[in-house]
Parts: sequence; structure tokens; C-alpha cells
Amino acid sequence: MSQLFSKLAGLGTAAFVATVSSPILSWAAETMATNPQAANTTAWWVWPLVLLVVTFVMGIVAVLGGVGGGVLFVPIISGFFPFHLDFVRGAGLLVALAGALAAGPGLLRMNLASLRLAIPVALIASTCAIAGAMMGLALPTNVVQTALGATILGIVVIMLTAKKSDYPDVKESDSLSSALRIYGIYTEASTGKDINWKIHRTPLGLALFVIIGIMAGMFGLGAGWANVPVLNLLMGAPLKISVATSKFLLSITDTSAAWVYLNKGCVIPMIVVPSLIGIMFGSLVGVRILKVAKPAFIKWMVIGLLLFSGLKAITKGLGLPFFF
Amino acid sequence: MTDSKCSCVTKEASEEQMLYAALLEKGMYAGIGLLFITFAIYVFGIVSPAVPLSEIAKYWSMDSHTYLEAINQNALHLPHPPTGWAWATLLHKSDFMNFLGIALLAGITIFCYAAIIPTLLKKGDKAYAIMCVAEVLILALAASGLLAVGGH
Repeated sequence: MSQLFSKLAGLGTAAFVATVSSPILSWAAETMATNPQAANTTAWWVWPLVLLVVTFVMGIVAVLGGVGGGVLFVPIISGFFPFHLDFVRGAGLLVALAGALAAGPGLLRMNLASLRLAIPVALIASTCAIAGAMMGLALPTNVVQTALGATILGIVVIMLTAKKSDYPDVKESDSLSSALRIYGIYTEASTGKDINWKIHRTPLGLALFVIIGIMAGMFGLGAGWANVPVLNLLMGAPLKISVATSKFLLSITDTSAAWVYLNKGCVIPMIVVPSLIGIMFGSLVGVRILKVAKPAFIKWMVIGLLLFSGLKAITKGLGLPFFF
Repeated sequence: MTDSKCSCVTKEASEEQMLYAALLEKGMYAGIGLLFITFAIYVFGIVSPAVPLSEIAKYWSMDSHTYLEAINQNALHLPHPPTGWAWATLLHKSDFMNFLGIALLAGITIFCYAAIIPTLLKKGDKAYAIMCVAEVLILALAASGLLAVGGH
């Protein structure tokens, strides 16, 4: 019975998402394709209102699909809205930052996010995010848009192929993580067991955060899609520690890049605030739905959305027609 | 998974982690609250914006460099387009007022890092104290606006 209810709730969510978002994105794409100037002549409040509705749906989908809002926000909003990519990336970083700031305190208190693991990683990622942000703002928009599309398609591949390990087998800590005392204990709520954890391959993991930081800053994406596989599969942190530390890490990585965008004038409050409100309330609704349903196909919907918006970003960047 | 070396570790979050969490929470609530209040002031026209709401759609499809030039020429009339912390001199305009909350959200992490440095030093954890000092400097550099040179 509960399985049936769960499936029905999932189907209802998918139907709701499709019903609300599909006509809006169709309308947005059509408006932009048939008459780009119409975007400027439409009443000023129309696009922010559409943005509020779309980001609300995005917030629901992000929670159910287990992805950060930023990774959906940048490709979809830059693909279908009249806003320049500079402002979309600035808003995307602030959306991801606000989500990470909201989750951070609770995750730190529960000892699921590890400050000792986050500090060295964040130092590298946030420094590189500044470089990424500066590179992203210096490169021509079509180049960044095309690279964004390619990155989004790469994220789809990661989502399709990357496995997760609840408790990776770490036989021995490496010397760097031992010296930095990066280990801990947490209580697994589902079993009541205390889990001792430690990590390995720290130098390689830290090196990968150079690339992750640059990409986060360049595209304005939250980088949870890359943080979690590196922390979990490569460095061997348990999945819960990886997810929680990744979420907390975004509050530091995105802070450094957000300042670059803010100081370069890439922040328009009329884009940022409706996005934040939409994502926040959507996430709250998403969490409620998540309690009664675990719709696995939402993951496929997220993959489909990313695939679609990634292709849209590539065609937009290359100036090719996109049939929608 | 068990490691004999981990026996010194407790299930509870460390003192510096709890301090960081407490400060982060306060800053997050203050930033979000401030952002919502200033946005309401902006949207409901309680204080006039630099760029009228009816004209905002003219600008958001421009790249950031052109946008700053355009709003400066049409609305602000400053000697230079408002990059870096120039928004702080325009807080009497409701659109720029929103940057207070945004800056608080983007700045709270710097304070969190700075706050845990004394605790780390007290514990003799020099490596982490140095990393925290470095992080404060990196984030302060990003926040300073010194990097807001060049562009498109």
C-alpha cells in the first residue's frame, strides 16, 4: 500500500512538474526564438514572475533528484530566459550559496559535515573558484555558453555512470590525511551504529579540487555533482560525510566566486531574489514530498532536463538552431 | 572501517566546528532576512530605485560591462561605472539596498573562519590555524574588489 502511495506521489510530482514547467519553458523559448526584442517590451514583472515559478519547480525537482539547485539553474535559465549569462551565473552562485548556508549549520552540528575535511579542500577550491570566475568573465560569452553545455553533458555522464559507496573500504589513511587528522566518527541513524571513518588518496583528491573550483567559478554552478564523487569514491569518505561536507563546502567555494561576480556588477537583484525565494520554497515543498515518496524516475527527469538544457546551451553558444 | 588511531575522536562536533556553525547560522538568517526586507522595499516602491522597475528589462540582456556603462550613463551619472564596492555609496537607492543582504550572505564565511582561529591556536593546531588565516586572506581579497579589473 505504502509502495503504491509512494509511486502515486512520485507520478503526481512528475505530472505537476511537467504541467507547470513545460508550458512555461515552451512559452519562454518561443518568445525568445520568434522575437528576442519582445523580451524587452514585455511588462517588467513578467519575467521575474516566470522565474519565480520555474525556480519553485526547480527547487522541488532538485530535492527529489538529489542535486543542487545551481546545477539546474544556470543551464535552464540561461537557455530559456532573456537574461545575459553573466547575470545568470551570478544568480546561480548566490542560489547555490544560499542553499549551502542554510544547510551548513545543521550539518556541522550533527557532525556529518567535517570541518577538518572541508578546510584544506575549501582552501584549494575557493582559490581556484576565483580564478575560474575571472576566466569565465574574461572569455567571450558564446565560448562560456558552449563550455557550459559540454560541462552539463559531462555531469549527465557522471550521474549515469558514477556509483556510490555508503562505506568505502579505506584500509589505511595516507600520510597527509593522518598528519592533518582528517578522520571522525558519526552515528548512522538507520542502524544506530557508530561509524569510524578516515580517508586516503588525499593529494590526488586535493588536486582534483583545483579543476572543480575553476569550473564552479567559471560557470556559476554549485559543484556538489563533482565534490561528492571525489570525496566518496576517490578519497573514501562515507557517502553521508561526503554529501554533507560537499554541501558545506559550497558555502566557501561559492563565496569566493560570488564576490568576483558581485564586484564585477554581475548581480541584478530582480533576478537573484525571485530565484532565491523560488528555490527555497520549492525545496521546502520538495522535502515534504520526499517524506512520502522516493520517486526514482525523478532522477531520470533531472538527467533529461540536464541533457536538454546542456544541448540548448551548446547550440546557443555555437549559434545553431535548437528545435523545441 | 575501524581504526585504532581514531580512539581519540568523539562523536560530537569539535568546539571550533560548533562555533563555526553558530556564527554561520546567525549570518545566514540575518542575510536572508535583510535580503527579503530590502527586496520588499524595492518592489513595493517604498524607496525609489536608481533604475526604475519599468526599465530594468532593457538592461538584463546586456553583458555586465555594457550594463554597468548603460545604467551609469542613464541613471547613476557617476565618474565611473559602479564596480567593486561602489554599491555601498548607493544604498539610498532601493535596488542597491538589496546588496546589503547579498554582501552579508557572501561575507559571513570570512567571519566564521576568523572566529575559529583563536580556538585552533589554543589547541595548538597550527596547521589548521594557518589554513584558516590563508582562507580569510583569499576570501578578503575576493571581497575587496581588487580583482574587479578588466572584463569583457
